[in-house]
Amino acid sequence: MAARDHTRKLDFRHGRVEMNHGSGGKAMAQLIEELFLPAFDNPWLRPLEDQARFEVAGGRMVMACDSHVVSPLFFPGGDIGSLSVHGTINDVAMSGARPLYLAAGFILEEGFPLADLRRIVESMARAAHDVGVAVVTGDTKVVEAGKGDGVFITTTGVGVIPEGVHVGGALHPGDKVLVSGPLGDHGVAILSLREGLSFDTTIESDSAPLHELVAAMVAAVPAIRCLHDPTRGGIAATLNEVTRRHGIGIRLDEAAIPIREPVRAACEFLGLDPLYSANEGKLVAICEPASAGRLLAAMREHPLGREAAMVGEVVADDHGFVEMRTVFGGSRVVDWLSGEQLPRIC
Amino acid sequence: MKYIDEFRDGRLAREIGAAIHREVAPGRQYNLMEFCGGHTHAISRYGIEDLLPAPVRMIHGPGCPVCVLPIGRLQMAIDLAVERNVILCSYGDMLRVPAWQGDSLLKARSRGADVRMIYSVNDALALARRHPDRQVVFFAIGFETTTPPTAVAILQAAREGLRNFSVFCNHVLTPAAMRAILESAELQSGVVRLDGFVGPAHVSTVIGSRPYEFVASDYHRPVVIAGFEPLDVMQSILMLIRQVNAGRCEVENEFIRAVNREGNLKAQRLTNEVLELRDRFEWRGLGPVPDSALKIRERFADLDAERRFELQERIIPDHKACECADILRGVKHPRDCKVFGSACTPDSPLGSCMVSSEGACAAHYLYGRFREVRRETEGAA
Amino acid sequence: MCLAIPAEVVELRDNDEALVDLGGVRRTVSLALVDGVAVGDYVIVHVGYALNRLDPEEARKTLALFGELSALGESRA
Repeated sequence: MAARDHTRKLDFRHGRVEMNHGSGGKAMAQLIEELFLPAFDNPWLRPLEDQARFEVAGGRMVMACDSHVVSPLFFPGGDIGSLSVHGTINDVAMSGARPLYLAAGFILEEGFPLADLRRIVESMARAAHDVGVAVVTGDTKVVEAGKGDGVFITTTGVGVIPEGVHVGGALHPGDKVLVSGPLGDHGVAILSLREGLSFDTTIESDSAPLHELVAAMVAAVPAIRCLHDPTRGGIAATLNEVTRRHGIGIRLDEAAIPIREPVRAACEFLGLDPLYSANEGKLVAICEPASAGRLLAAMREHPLGREAAMVGEVVADDHGFVEMRTVFGGSRVVDWLSGEQLPRIC
Repeated sequence: MKYIDEFRDGRLAREIGAAIHREVAPGRQYNLMEFCGGHTHAISRYGIEDLLPAPVRMIHGPGCPVCVLPIGRLQMAIDLAVERNVILCSYGDMLRVPAWQGDSLLKARSRGADVRMIYSVNDALALARRHPDRQVVFFAIGFETTTPPTAVAILQAAREGLRNFSVFCNHVLTPAAMRAILESAELQSGVVRLDGFVGPAHVSTVIGSRPYEFVASDYHRPVVIAGFEPLDVMQSILMLIRQVNAGRCEVENEFIRAVNREGNLKAQRLTNEVLELRDRFEWRGLGPVPDSALKIRERFADLDAERRFELQERIIPDHKACECADILRGVKHPRDCKVFGSACTPDSPLGSCMVSSEGACAAHYLYGRFREVRRETEGAA
Repeated sequence: MCLAIPAEVVELRDNDEALVDLGGVRRTVSLALVDGVAVGDYVIVHVGYALNRLDPEEARKTLALFGELSALGESRA
């Protein structure tokens, strides 16, 4: 589409999203040309066709999709924009694939400030650019005021798994469970902003792209059995999914699980368990025991894995329990929560 | 974290555990009730039962204000939110508890009721100031630890002349509940044996240790007031075992860093200024317990939601299959309940023992049920 | 019941409030239920209120007691 001559540029300081920004007409074209295109600018997006066309390298392709509805939109350590990029890049990367392209769908609420939208889009662009991934296509819709939470973003990512890399396979008793760093930061950072729960803290979201850490890991150990990023529901949800899917159990050592002191403290204040708090820049890896040492060393050499730790192992268990030896010496189950953890006073 | 981490030291835990093992008298059973839900949670969450010898059995008492609140009272709160268009402020603990036909405050919120989760009653006061055109009701629950903040908030609202703020008061009293347990038919007849109490931590910082002395003098059971951390609980269990072995019945205080005999007199005074005993209050599981609950004094009647909204008492029976009543009194263990883990789970709780994470059932399900499964598997092998 | 945490008072504020710190996390709490709190004191915090002061000497004694197995450690009310 050639650039149109619009009578007035979009007012990014005081302007707001209007219904016609999503109707496919001139207003939407203007939004794309004045915001999305300059921010994401890349050769695949520039033609502004209904689809993006790109070459596919040989190998297995990977595709992942994530919707982002986080509230608040802006939080210490990130925003919904950077989160949507990192989240999908990480989903792709958990297969061992190199992320290549992203698509981004926006559902905007009528009345949403254009200043905030620009901030979010520029944050997405920066996040994508920093990891060498291009946002090549997208979509915009607008819903009436009151029918959205400002903005919802859905990102889809594609990648290619390099030759010789094979993440996956059955889990066996004795396999080791590793995490890439301290857990629970993102969930607590978000909570610190919610009404009625506000407390001052230096905790920031750990939102980060993990594909390079993964690349380093698969270079050291090409046949990692399992890679996951423990997002909503925390490490507890992720490990319970793993035990269910593989028909095994996991035994954790609480003393080995890294958690930052402020995260621990915030959880104490609110009666929350950090194991259920979301992470957006961490991963869990399961590998055969013989490779664990090598894998841990490779993780620790990467900036995003400096505090990587071995936290447990796989055991035979028909019931799929994730059991933890507490710092106290007793045992408890780390169960799958029914819903979101709520702060408690009792 | 100071005053927390040191009290969770695993090495000390093993030492105290070893002492408990050494000191249990051969052939003797020790049935100890930890009254406070916070202790129930600590026992499960740290796996303390793994460190205790078999003869020591912990019975989970009714010290969980969420668990003992009758469904009818919760339904009154839901009705307020749904029918009277108030901003209903509640601590997180109550939001998922099932009321009439499985409804809950959270479900009511999803249907459009204005239910807000708060951490402190002050948040409710702030909401009232911010929304002078709306009625803000604070759903007050809790034992003596949580009561003084409610009293302070009522005094504050009265001072400010906040006309749109009121409190739906459901505060309950610990010593009365302990008496009800000790008076229960099962205990009197000997069906259930109770050798001593682990006394609540933070309730005791407010009321002191004196109010428990009747347990020792009238009912001849020892009480050890335990701090909140797992080492406190272990040490208190050891102290109880020593008392039982020596035939002593005293109120001992392990939580000396925060509890004394008189308690927090200022908090007690403020509470008494605003609240007084109810004639009657029904506890879930225990039935009516005399002198066990508080209501707002006449002087502050206009801050009492029950009076302002002319709330009708609702009596709603427990679910037919629910055995919370027996579990709250220590007569049954969660595993004895026919619906435990099947129809009744944290996902679909039939009774509040399963919703509150310090209810005996939820604590057992979330943290401890693997032990049963393991025992069954090993038994079958 | 009564989830409460021991936090250090780092700043006294107007309106009978104080800023407390636990492991680097800070929150404003009400001092309406306690008297004579000073910066550096530890208080037990529950639902946004300080309930009581924590006595460091008694805390030290309690910890020492945990380690004493031979003595009949008794702390009477």
